Amino acid sequence: MAEALRPLLRNRLVLFGTALILLVVLLAAFADLVAPYDPTEMKVADALKRPSAPHPFGTDRFGRDVLSRTIHGSRIALGVALSSIAIAFAAGTVLGLVGGYTGGWPDLVIGRVMDVLFSFPTLILAIGIAAMLGPGLNNAALAIAVVYAPLFSRVARGPVIAEREKDHVVAAQGLGAGWPRVVFRHILPNVLAPLIVQASVSLAFAILIEASLSYLGLGTQPPDPSWGTMLNEGRTYLETAPWMSIFPGLAIMVAVFGFNLLGDGLRDILDPQLRGR
Amino acid sequence: MRRYVLVRTLSILPTLIGVSVAVFLMIRLIPGTIVEQMIGTEGTYSEQSMRALRAFFGLDQPIHVQYGRWLGQVLRGDLGTSWRTGLPVLQMITSRLQVTLELTLGAMLVALAVGIPLGIVSARRENTRLDHTVRVVSLFSLSIPVFWQATMLILATSLWLDWAPAVDFVSPFTSLRANLAIIALPSLALGTAVAAVFMRMTRSTLLEVMRQDYIRTARAKGLREPAVVWGHALKNSLIPLITVVGVQVGYLLGGVVVTEEVFTLPGVGRLILWAVFQRDYPLVQGTILFVSLLFMLSNLLVDLVYAYVDPRIRYG
Repeated sequence: MAEALRPLLRNRLVLFGTALILLVVLLAAFADLVAPYDPTEMKVADALKRPSAPHPFGTDRFGRDVLSRTIHGSRIALGVALSSIAIAFAAGTVLGLVGGYTGGWPDLVIGRVMDVLFSFPTLILAIGIAAMLGPGLNNAALAIAVVYAPLFSRVARGPVIAEREKDHVVAAQGLGAGWPRVVFRHILPNVLAPLIVQASVSLAFAILIEASLSYLGLGTQPPDPSWGTMLNEGRTYLETAPWMSIFPGLAIMVAVFGFNLLGDGLRDILDPQLRGR
Repeated sequence: MRRYVLVRTLSILPTLIGVSVAVFLMIRLIPGTIVEQMIGTEGTYSEQSMRALRAFFGLDQPIHVQYGRWLGQVLRGDLGTSWRTGLPVLQMITSRLQVTLELTLGAMLVALAVGIPLGIVSARRENTRLDHTVRVVSLFSLSIPVFWQATMLILATSLWLDWAPAVDFVSPFTSLRANLAIIALPSLALGTAVAAVFMRMTRSTLLEVMRQDYIRTARAKGLREPAVVWGHALKNSLIPLITVVGVQVGYLLGGVVVTEEVFTLPGVGRLILWAVFQRDYPLVQGTILFVSLLFMLSNLLVDLVYAYVDPRIRYG
């Protein structure tokens, strides 16, 4: 494994991407220590102050410190992205593995349901589900999970079909291993690589979708400092207090860029056919 | 080809029925029934009037009967009536469709015009500084939220060009110039990320094609490099791009929601949002079904074009 990951360490862009992700993770983990102010503390006398030494990112309409809110926003962005993609990964992979391994009607049913979910434009489906569940952090995460599960299912299913015919799988079956053991012990480890690449890229998109849902008022609700919610609040003050819109947007970009760089590097390394493409 | 067209067209029917079931259930799965949502907490209602409202919306029927009735309506082209405006849902959609289609098309044009040439340049200069720069910039473009880029474009143009987005939409049939002034910036904001996808796809497929034997033959018979690229490699390398165009239509149709919202364009995307916030369920249902149908039809069209340009598909 360490040998396989060595090319990652030699790729400067992957290292840079990993550094960006680490930065966001550390900010999220130590937000309470790093943020200079309470992200929800209102000081109306300080409202709409431009960036200055006490408030490097300025303040919003309630006098809340934009830097502190941006730092705390990383918790929501990472939390929603990780939880939603973890659910999508688990559910999608299990469905893809079961469908691909068993074939027949379970594969047909799973495939059709996934086709239906694929027929909705991603953000429209997320909006529909978020609207159905009601605005909120957990519901946004669930909406993103439903949107991304089909992707993992499709990525898992293809290699499983190739893998189930291989000698080591047939041998395991011959030794009397039940299907869960065959699927999860003998097949899953061999189809994990494309799933990991997909997870890394999906994390980037999950952050973007959470921000979009929150921006539209369907995700995180005020006063929680989600980057999307902050951008929504900044809309009205674009001319007078552009810092309310600039910094949360930059934060989204840094986090998403980090995951995109990592995903791109992982794809190069885990899929040698694509190396350098 | 005719057989392929028929089979591929018919193959969307089961998915279409699945989509209609999903959209139908999406509304029914909302906690509490529509009637309770409507009544809310303002005032008290007798059990009798609640029952009358349920009957009015057909909610007193078994769910499969409700679905059958709704599907029958949809198949007759009736998407229901908006609760908030009293207008037919289909009429509300079609009156806003032009804006959404124009924005989607504009963004697609931006993406193709920027993405393909950059992909070609990047592949031709593989592993040079230019190639690395283009690749990193494309990944960067994929990382910018559409609505933030749109907001920053508005900010930049208002600061430097003293320009603000027009309040009222102008149809291209009324004034093409005024229409382009309104639609250009949103198309740019929406098309950027897709341009990055096209760039990456063009680059990787062109590189793959350039390694094939027939390209080596073309070179061996003395063709100059531009003739090899433009005459032999490019056409084949663009075929897989057709599928990516289809997938990206889905991204664009989702992206129009935020883009229309930021630029206050009166399109179908903003109508979906408005319907969601107004809890206008027939309108939510109708708009989501309509946009998904558009997406499915565009995918169908893409598959048919693919089969037309690549005979291996239709005979496969």
